[in-house]
Amino acid sequence: MTSTATLDPLTTAQAWKQAGRDVAIATVVETWGSAPRPTGSHLVIDSDGNFEGSVSGGCVEGAVITEALDVIGSGAPRMLEFGVADETAWQVGLSCGGRIKVYVERLG
Amino acid sequence: MQLGLLKRLNAARASRQAAVVVSDLASGEVRLILEGEPVAGPLGDEVGKVFRSGKAVTVEVEGKNLFLNVHLPPPRIVVIGAVHISQALARMAPVAGYELTIIDPRTAFATEERFEGVELIADWPEDVLKDRPLDAYTALAAVTHDPKIDDFPLSEALRSGCFYVGALGSRKTHAKRVERLKALGRSEAEIARISAPIGLDIGAASPAEIALATLAQIVQAFRRRDIVSAR
Repeated sequence: MTSTATLDPLTTAQAWKQAGRDVAIATVVETWGSAPRPTGSHLVIDSDGNFEGSVSGGCVEGAVITEALDVIGSGAPRMLEFGVADETAWQVGLSCGGRIKVYVERLG
Repeated sequence: MQLGLLKRLNAARASRQAAVVVSDLASGEVRLILEGEPVAGPLGDEVGKVFRSGKAVTVEVEGKNLFLNVHLPPPRIVVIGAVHISQALARMAPVAGYELTIIDPRTAFATEERFEGVELIADWPEDVLKDRPLDAYTALAAVTHDPKIDDFPLSEALRSGCFYVGALGSRKTHAKRVERLKALGRSEAEIARISAPIGLDIGAASPAEIALATLAQIVQAFRRRDIVSAR
């Protein structure tokens, strides 16, 4: 297996689940403006907060992981929405101005 | 999503098979559709669109809010012939996002020096393609002019449904090639898929221009392919 294959979030999710870990899959389902990751991008999370992949450039992953732990617990999927705009960037008029919607589901 | 579905999805991705995952965002229900599987009605139209565009979308189908995530194998180009055109094509293809491999059994042509940093296999296509089969996400360009080298991979490319099959040579050369491919068991409809003379008609003259015309034709074939209804 190549190093890129081991970094593949969906392959990681399968391996984790098969190893008996509880797993959630987060997916970018909608973007507005210039979002850092395109729709379809995945972040996978286990119940210990380990993760692989990305749904943004690292801006919202922390929040998604927290929500994912709830989803793993309850089993109910959740839709999250984030503004990607950065305050400093707004002031100098360089904000990417994007927003993203992230769907989080438990791997059953 | 269930583990069983994820396993089937990962297996499809590993074997370079295109797949769409349909998620009902209200109910959490998930369905996997592999390329070529018939899908009826308006969902079928939407699935066909994402297979072609390669872009995941949220759509409303029959009152349901569905997310269609598409997993396409990365497109690649296999070039038969380590010739002057291939040298130019090998430099252009990565810029356009295509992996490229060159196969040529003639060791005088297939040298490291002429193709630095390019995946180059100095062996007969018959032998190479056994271990590295062609598929629907591969474009094949045969540019040696030599039937001994070109004919087999052309036939294989048609048989395996490569999204693009191009062959260098004049119309007269191609007419003879058509007869040989028929003798190899390829149908008229299959043979009609070959782009020959190779490349978009932009009046290309130099090897680099022919490479550019060929790459443009490959992009056109990939973006306009009709996967769902064609097979």
